[in-house]
Amino acid sequence: MSSVLYDLPGPRAQARNKALGVLAAFGLVGLVGFIGYRFWATGQFEGAKWEWLLYENLQVLLLDALGATLAAFVVGALLALAFGLLFAVARLSEHAWLRMPAFAVVEFFRAIPLVVMIFFLFFAAPRAGLQLGAFWSLVVGLMLYNGSVLAEVFRAGVLAVPRGQREAADALGLRKNQVMRAVLLPQAVRVMLPTIVSQLVVLLKDTALGFLITYHELLDAARYLGSLTEFDRPIIPSAIVIAAIYITLCLALSWLAGYLERRNRRRRRSGPALPTPDLRGVRADLPA
Amino acid sequence: MFDVLVDNRDLFVTGFLNTILLFLLSAVGALALGTLLAAMRVSPVPALRLTGAGYVNTFRNTPLTLVFFFFAFAYPRLELVDLSFFTRAVLALTVYTAAFVCEVVRSGVNTVDVGQAEASRALGFTFVQTLTAIVVPQAVRSVVPPMTSVLIALLKNTTIAAGFSVAEAGQITPALSERGAPLLIGFFWIAVGFLILVIPLTAMQRNLEKRWSVAR
Repeated sequence: MSSVLYDLPGPRAQARNKALGVLAAFGLVGLVGFIGYRFWATGQFEGAKWEWLLYENLQVLLLDALGATLAAFVVGALLALAFGLLFAVARLSEHAWLRMPAFAVVEFFRAIPLVVMIFFLFFAAPRAGLQLGAFWSLVVGLMLYNGSVLAEVFRAGVLAVPRGQREAADALGLRKNQVMRAVLLPQAVRVMLPTIVSQLVVLLKDTALGFLITYHELLDAARYLGSLTEFDRPIIPSAIVIAAIYITLCLALSWLAGYLERRNRRRRRSGPALPTPDLRGVRADLPA
Repeated sequence: MFDVLVDNRDLFVTGFLNTILLFLLSAVGALALGTLLAAMRVSPVPALRLTGAGYVNTFRNTPLTLVFFFFAFAYPRLELVDLSFFTRAVLALTVYTAAFVCEVVRSGVNTVDVGQAEASRALGFTFVQTLTAIVVPQAVRSVVPPMTSVLIALLKNTTIAAGFSVAEAGQITPALSERGAPLLIGFFWIAVGFLILVIPLTAMQRNLEKRWSVAR
C-alpha cells in the first residue's frame, strides 16, 4: 500500500524495514522488560500484594466503588445532556435576550478548568448554607462543563441540518418549537451521536476527579487498598486493577462511538446524504 | 473585590506561576513525545505501529487523575530516581497529553493527498525532501488548529496537579477556603486568570484557521 510518506517497499526497503522491525522489537522488549524488572525487584508481583483480590469484603468494596463511579457517570451524563439540549436551543433562539446569556454561560463553563469548578462547589456551597457534598459537587461540575461542550455539539448539529428542512417545516406551518423538536433536533442528534458518545467517554474519565474531593469512587478505593499494611501496601497492584477497570469501561464506550460512526457512514452511502457538521472549535477540549 | 486578590497575592502569584511553568514544560515534552509516537504510528514497521497504537489507546482511555495517582503514589515504590512532586506532575501531563498530540499529528499527515507525495517522488525527490518540502508544509495547516485545542486542554488539565501536592492555580480555592477568604470573589479571579491565559491561544487559533482555510 502506498502512503503519503513512503512508496511500496522494494526488496531493499523490505529488508531494511525488517531489520528496523527487529531492532524496534528489541528496544521495546528491553524497555518493557526493564519496567517489569523494576516491578519484580520491588516485589510488586509477589502473591502477598495481590492476595487482597481474594477477600470478599474487599471485592465488595471494589464493586461499591465501581457503583459510585457509574452513579456519578449516569447522573452526570443525564444532567449534562439535558443542560446541553437546553442551552443549544437557547443559543439558537431568535431572541437576543435569550441567546446572549446562553452564549456567555456556555463559553464561561467551557473556559474554567473542571477541577477549579468542582473545588469551588465543594468548598463554597457549605458557606452558602448548601450541603452539596462530594457527590453533588462532582455531578454538578460535570454537568456544567460537559453540558456546555454538548451544547456546542448539539448546536453544530442543528446548524448542519440542510436549510431546506427548516424551510419545509416552516412552510407546513409548524410552530418554531415544533420545527426544533420534530424536525431539526432529531436529525442533529443522529448526525452528532458519535461525538456525543465520545464526550460521554470524557465525562466518564472526569468522574475520577471526585477522588480530589474525597468522593468514594474507584480511585479512592485504589488509595484505600494501597494503604492496607496487612497486604504490604499494594498500591501498584491496586492502581493496575483500577486502571484496567477504567480502560475497559472507556474502551466499551469508545467502541460504541466508533460503531455509531461506522453505521452513519454506511447509511450515507445508500440513503440520502447526511450533512457534515462543522466541528471546528467545538471539540476544543481534551478529556481530563 | 480587589482586596481578596491583594491580600492573597502570594497564593495567586505562586499558583499561576506554577501553572504556567507546568504548562510550558509538559507542552514541550508532550509535543516531542507525541511527534515521536506519531512517527512510529505512520512508519512502515509493524512493531512500531502496534506500539504507538497501544500507547495511544491506553492513555486516551485512562483518566488523567489516575495517571497522576500513579506518578504520585506508585512511582516512588518502584525505587527509581527520586523526583519531586512537580517533576512527577510534569511527567504525568507529558505522558497523557502525548497520546492526544500523536493523534493530531497523525491525522494531519493523513490529510495530505497521496498524489502529492507520489508526484514529488516521480520528480525524484528523496524521502527527506518529500517530507520537508511537500508533506510537512501541508500537514502543519491542518495540525495547528486542533493542536491549539490540545494545548488549551493541557493548560486546564494542569489544575489536577493541585490535588497531588503541587501548589498551582487549582489549589487556590482550597487554600482560600482554609484562610476563610471570600470564595466567590476568589473564584472570579481564578477565572479571570485562566481567561487571560486561554484568550491569546484561542485568538491565535482563530487567526491561523481563518488565514489557512482559504488557501486550501
